[in-house]
Amino acid sequence: MEFKDYYKIMGVARDATQDEIKRAYRLLARKYHPDVSKERDAESRFKEVGEANEVLKDPEKRAAYDKLGANWKAGQDFRPPPDWNTGFEFAGGGFNGGDSAQFSDFFESLYGRDFSQNNNGRTRFHGNGKDHHARVLIDLEDAYLGAIRTFTLQVPEVDAQGRAEMRERKLNVTIPRGIRGGQHIRLAGQGASGFGQGKAGDLYLEIEFRPHSFYRVEQHDVYLDFPVAPWEVALGATLNVPTPNGVVEIKIPVGATSGSKLRLKGRGIPSSTPGDFYAVLKIALPLAENDAAKAVYRNMSEQFKSFKPRSKLGV
Amino acid sequence: MDSEGMQLHLSGIILEEQTELTLADISRTCAVHEEYIIELVNEGVLAPVGREPVSWRFSGAHMHRATVSQRLQRDLGINLAGVALALQLLDEINALRESIRVIETK
Repeated sequence: MEFKDYYKIMGVARDATQDEIKRAYRLLARKYHPDVSKERDAESRFKEVGEANEVLKDPEKRAAYDKLGANWKAGQDFRPPPDWNTGFEFAGGGFNGGDSAQFSDFFESLYGRDFSQNNNGRTRFHGNGKDHHARVLIDLEDAYLGAIRTFTLQVPEVDAQGRAEMRERKLNVTIPRGIRGGQHIRLAGQGASGFGQGKAGDLYLEIEFRPHSFYRVEQHDVYLDFPVAPWEVALGATLNVPTPNGVVEIKIPVGATSGSKLRLKGRGIPSSTPGDFYAVLKIALPLAENDAAKAVYRNMSEQFKSFKPRSKLGV
Repeated sequence: MDSEGMQLHLSGIILEEQTELTLADISRTCAVHEEYIIELVNEGVLAPVGREPVSWRFSGAHMHRATVSQRLQRDLGINLAGVALALQLLDEINALRESIRVIETK
């Protein structure tokens, strides 16, 4: 298990005051909040900062953490000393991490699992079961054609002794055609069971596309980097281009250049207003691997004496 | 809930494409009190169709917005007016990003 340097994560000194810690947390939380930030690793950074704050904002947990000593380095292999938390009594309150309740093994080894459970304690209306949320990966092609996919979800369950356990649950789910990344499928009644007369909660599946080896998705538009030979752009050509629902022909106009975007209208993710598909041209050059090929390039340099590719750079 | 290992075949709806959520629906789905949703409407964060709370109809996009509002308040310690401002600025940023994208593809 890796040691986590909570002071370093928060960017504060080990003797920082509680006010300084609060200020640092607010600043980092605003910077990395997944609803606000466009940074790639925002979500994991936000969780890390949330965990650090959970410890440092609470004088009891902070004192216990400080007792480990200042010699530990982030990432170092860590085993908690057997007697490390003797003499501390955790009041146990104050946790309100909500969505960020997935704390690290390191945190759990120090403060136990109970702290890292989501005990946000929202009282449910009419004893209805809690809604469950899960994020699932699908292929881009599933959104074009619709599909039935099997997901294995980890479901927290409380056993007769009151201990929380993770149980695996398999679901076959119909993926509606036209769904986009970030959208949610609501499965009514598939959340936690209700109490008494209360209804079962719902299960929400947040859709994320598995990264594709050559397609990129933006909203409902799909992009493809499309390699072309120099003569295909110079002379024009009709080429086959792959799309998630099959190969189509595309006409390369004479004079297209690297970076030109050719749009196939309505061939993005389908819906009542379907997205578009863009082939982004990337000029691929054959290597001058033999004498004949070298002769072609030499001939080109003779023929294109007036071609100044760097004229805009003033050289 | 199903028993272990048993497979279910489930079909759901795309939340974001729902359009007829009542005040009770949206507050249940977001796990908040109806009063919170009413506050969001009064602050201009949500603009449902209909004039009176009983006739308000929300969309899936409103639901997402209410959830984000709740998270921002909880995680960043800002009040409702601050949330409203943050969401408005985020909308503007997204609109700007979208127009940059349109310009770049021309």
